[in-house]
Amino acid sequence: MAAIEAIDLTKEFRRTQSRPGLSGALRDLFGRESALFRAVDRVNLHVEAGEIVGYIGANGAGKSTTIKMLTGILQPSSGTLAVNGYDPYRQREEFVRTIGVVFGQRSQLWWDIAVQESFRLLQRIYRVSDGDYRTYFLGEVVEVLGIGELLATPVRKLSLGQRMRCELAAALLHRPAMLFLDEPTIGLDVSVKLRIRAFLQEVNRRYGTTILLTTHDISDIEALCRRVVMLDRGQIVYDGLLSDLRQRWAGERSVRVVFAEAVQVADPSAEQLDATTFRFRLPDDGALSALLSGLLTLGPVKDVTVLEASMEEIVRNMYEEGVRA
Amino acid sequence: MTYVELVRIRFLTMLAYRLNYFSGILTYVVYTGGYYFLWKAVYGGREVLGSMTAAQMTTYLAVSWMTRSFYFNNLDREIADEIRSGAVAIQLIRPYSYLLGKLTGAFGEGLFRLCFWMVPGMLAAVWLFPVALPGRLSTYLMWALAGLLAFLVNALLNVLFGLATFFLHNAQGLQWARQLATDLLSGLFLPLHLYPGWMQAAIRWLPFQTISYLPNMIFTGGLTGSAAWQAVGLQVTWVVVLALLTGLLWGRARRYLVVQGG
Repeated sequence: MAAIEAIDLTKEFRRTQSRPGLSGALRDLFGRESALFRAVDRVNLHVEAGEIVGYIGANGAGKSTTIKMLTGILQPSSGTLAVNGYDPYRQREEFVRTIGVVFGQRSQLWWDIAVQESFRLLQRIYRVSDGDYRTYFLGEVVEVLGIGELLATPVRKLSLGQRMRCELAAALLHRPAMLFLDEPTIGLDVSVKLRIRAFLQEVNRRYGTTILLTTHDISDIEALCRRVVMLDRGQIVYDGLLSDLRQRWAGERSVRVVFAEAVQVADPSAEQLDATTFRFRLPDDGALSALLSGLLTLGPVKDVTVLEASMEEIVRNMYEEGVRA
Repeated sequence: MTYVELVRIRFLTMLAYRLNYFSGILTYVVYTGGYYFLWKAVYGGREVLGSMTAAQMTTYLAVSWMTRSFYFNNLDREIADEIRSGAVAIQLIRPYSYLLGKLTGAFGEGLFRLCFWMVPGMLAAVWLFPVALPGRLSTYLMWALAGLLAFLVNALLNVLFGLATFFLHNAQGLQWARQLATDLLSGLFLPLHLYPGWMQAAIRWLPFQTISYLPNMIFTGGLTGSAAWQAVGLQVTWVVVLALLTGLLWGRARRYLVVQGG
């Protein structure tokens, strides 16, 4: 079954604009100018149940707006949308029982009361049985996230990492078939990030939970997602395997060689960086062994580094160049 | 029973800050006292003024302030802030109606204030000033019903103003005006039948009188029997009208909702 089926999903906002200067401000008093702005532009997205999909794009690309349509918060301007078989906006109250949502920047827990009070409340709101609450929630989710000892603490006293783990637990309390994560690792230190990633993989594997994840941290995507969807100015510019994205956009690898003394390099493709440092291009995998066997004939070698574009760089390049598929 | 839970959780949340409330009780007792001495001077030994005895007036003021501690809430600011900051998104991922959730939350706050503010405040007022408590149980019951409806009218008005700030850009001024209008036109400081005739004529067509004046008059014995039932009927009418308006405005607000963030 398809978890998400979006066809030509579009969201337009009316943006009011302020006129410049004093006379502009005065004229604004009597009605502002507004312009229509397309935050999400004819997005087609098909996600199968059980997938983990990374949804990426630069700031303002329309990621959050998409998530807010997929979760029933915003009404799409046009297009059709079904998530878990529901129309998220029109059937919101029934639909949201089938999803869990974590907004990294906002808390869904009650700030002033103990974590377990929030959980208890959510248990009743989502009508989770006491048995399920004990065995599945306390026994598995809380256990794996390691938040058992935080249950009696008020949310406002938690560190960001502790809070985020509690947020994840809260989002999973009612066993949602689908989990939306909007920047779940923002501001977290590396060890907490690793822990959260491992947990998400576990949830996906154990319960078959579909996960859609937006993030600025490409290492999240590398760790979790085989499939990425990239958005640019409201449109999908890439939808496919992460490994293909790397192959298509990484460009050539190259090797940087530092010699112990000044040498003469005949290879015309080599680029001399300083007296003893050269960069050799690697058009294909075979080129590396050929290069290495030839190197020693040139002179004593001090250091060899294979230069490969990191996912971070690839994505940054794509954002900056404003890729069109 | 999702909404019962929301009442409970708000009550618990308020409990975390219960210390803030003791100063509130004191403030209201001082208000009541201030008005009591003011009116004592105005009466100046006369028995009756504008069809009310001095004892009735004292009772009116005491019950007026203490009931206010029950129905008062900041729903307008809460809603305006949530819409502006985008926090409304968190509410909309939950399986209940946003507005009913807000109203029940406010009711939880009201119950808290009832227990920790209104009741002790009222006891203090009765002890300090010559307040004439009603002698009949039926009066208390009628007044409780009117108080509940007063809560609803006030809360719905607040929601309506909260949503209105969504369409108007400046919220602050509107909220101030609303609070002032509510206190003034509801008869919080002064029974409405002592207002000038033209004002009374205007106020009759507004919902504010059903928040304070009518319940207070039921308590002081100024409205009894069918007149009291008429007052309650008017409250119900306003609840229905305001609920319809609120639903309409929320439907529109929802469609134009913009939530902050990329």
